[in-house]
Amino acid sequence: MFSETIELRGHIIDSLILPKVLDQILTHGANFKIGEIKIGKRRADQSFARIEVSAKTSEALDELILRLRQHGAEVAEHADAQLAASPADGVFPRDFYVTTNQQTFVRFDGKEIEVRPAMMNSAIAVDRKRRAARAVKFFDVHKGDEIVVGHQGVRVVPVQRATSRTDLFQFINTIIDADEPKSAIIRELAGELRRAHAAKGKIAVVAGPAIVRTGASRHLVRLIESRYVDRFFAGNAFAAYDVERALFGTSLGVNPDLAFARGGHENHMRAINAIREAGGIAAAVQKNILTSGIMHACVRHNVDIVLTGSIRDEGPIPGVTTDAIEAQKVMRKKLADVTHALLLATIQHSLAVASMLAPSVKTVCVDIDPSAVERAVEHQPLQSIGLVTDVEPFLRELADYLSDSRIRD
Amino acid sequence: MRELLLCPPDYYGIEYEINPWMSRARGAEAALAQKQWEGLHATLSKLDRKVHLIAPQPGLPDMVFTANAGLTVGRRFIPSNFRHKERAGEQPFFAEWMKQRGYEVRWLPENRYFEGEGDALFGGDVLFCGYKFRSDIQSHRAVADMLGCLVISVELVDPRFYHLDTCFCPLPDGGAFWFPMAFDEYGQRAIREHVIDLIDVSQEEATHFSCNAVVLERDIVLPEGAPQLVTRLHERGYRCHELPMSEFIKAGGACKCLVMFMPQRESVA
Repeated sequence: MFSETIELRGHIIDSLILPKVLDQILTHGANFKIGEIKIGKRRADQSFARIEVSAKTSEALDELILRLRQHGAEVAEHADAQLAASPADGVFPRDFYVTTNQQTFVRFDGKEIEVRPAMMNSAIAVDRKRRAARAVKFFDVHKGDEIVVGHQGVRVVPVQRATSRTDLFQFINTIIDADEPKSAIIRELAGELRRAHAAKGKIAVVAGPAIVRTGASRHLVRLIESRYVDRFFAGNAFAAYDVERALFGTSLGVNPDLAFARGGHENHMRAINAIREAGGIAAAVQKNILTSGIMHACVRHNVDIVLTGSIRDEGPIPGVTTDAIEAQKVMRKKLADVTHALLLATIQHSLAVASMLAPSVKTVCVDIDPSAVERAVEHQPLQSIGLVTDVEPFLRELADYLSDSRIRD
Repeated sequence: MRELLLCPPDYYGIEYEINPWMSRARGAEAALAQKQWEGLHATLSKLDRKVHLIAPQPGLPDMVFTANAGLTVGRRFIPSNFRHKERAGEQPFFAEWMKQRGYEVRWLPENRYFEGEGDALFGGDVLFCGYKFRSDIQSHRAVADMLGCLVISVELVDPRFYHLDTCFCPLPDGGAFWFPMAFDEYGQRAIREHVIDLIDVSQEEATHFSCNAVVLERDIVLPEGAPQLVTRLHERGYRCHELPMSEFIKAGGACKCLVMFMPQRESVA
């Protein structure tokens, strides 16, 4: 939303100028917030109102303000954002403004411009010539770049919760605890994903190894086969578990189909070696080495796979981005057009992704650990649902709603 | 006794077009205009009013419409800031003339358009001000600051009724006659809330400039062509003096446009 503060002075109550201006704002599809109002005490006293007007586009706002000026509205003077030059590559000036993931505007030369993208924990670099403002990370900044310092001239617009119920996310914003029923929520979520899919939304899945270890892979595969996954984010370990399961029937040596089976710990290393030998996951699928599992389904159904590494990793599996900064860049790029995110049974990866999501992304976090769910949901306070549950029954039920193929145990 | 300011129509004519009434192709007949103006002058003089005349200036044909010279309250005179450059030249002559007669001239900020009594009429202790076509609403606030009275700003929406005095005429008994359609909905409501007894003028009579009337206590001088309005004013005990005004209506003015009160109000509450 673009906004401007206007002021009205005079006999605006008796002349009905104030209600006229407010009505005009609404009839033009814009909104207002009265910041201050002083009503004259005696008959001849003039009144004063300061009103923040916001509209969807800068053009609509300009046109509206032009109309309101005719009725005496004056645009309040605002201070420009203050800028300071970065002292060195990768270093922000002291007192730099730290962004949230909410829509943010900065004002310079008397006009507001939107900061793009809306990205958490960044600084704001301003390009005066191109009249552009972008959120930048340390690795993006170069010596001499002009960075916003202090809070002056910066305006943050929190995502507004809709007042009418249009979908699941606007209706509830809560965490469903382990002892609460989940079927109704999962059914609604299936409906939401169906609508998202039909509307060409982009659904991202962030997956943790527990999916493989609990035997939930086949349910996730059903979702992939039904085209409900556009981007797949996971770590090296997830891919290794999935491949191990496909090649040897175990994950980290455990066979989920046999309750107490143990052994074959070396399967993990052999699986990684097999993929390295094949030249990567896609190559292993092509060579018919990898013939089942989630990675296989992703390759077969052209799901964008984004794999990143961590310190404990073995391998890595070819295609895993191991440089942490590079991984951030890749993830940001792949998350830019995502509309829905399912964060499944992985606290670290979920938090990393949640911090990169735009506030408008509808997010579902599923984890057996209540504190993990809470932390992930905090990032998307108005558009998220958390479910404290084992991921297997969740995926099973969701896939039953969305997939044509049913799995009966 | 309230005094009036008029300007002889020596240089009057349709030389430009700044409202929908004006058409250079359909110019005013000079001799007839002179006769009509003299009729007005004679009527006002007969009604026991002191009538002052300002010397007309060549090249300023609309100077004859003295209502737009400014607004006089007590000994204070607020000169107009004309919206159209064609009329801006009138301002120094009126200001100087008033100054020479001992009025304190109070200037509005230059960037605020205000066309005097044409857009500012007292009804009781309220100053009604029209805006949009000629005056802007910001000037109303400045006038309210200067005079310290309640100013009701009303938006004019019909370009044929571009000044307040073409569609609204307050009466000394607290009522007024008006053409409501000349105002937007909020303006109509604001007027209804502040004027107790309103006489609606029909569109047919309003286009004869019937609302452009000079009210002198129980005498009302107005253009001919409004029999219904005249009947209603008679019923309320007013004496109506109907005058031919055809040559001035061609320029978008009639009786009231040709007159400025000196002052319109002795003082404000």
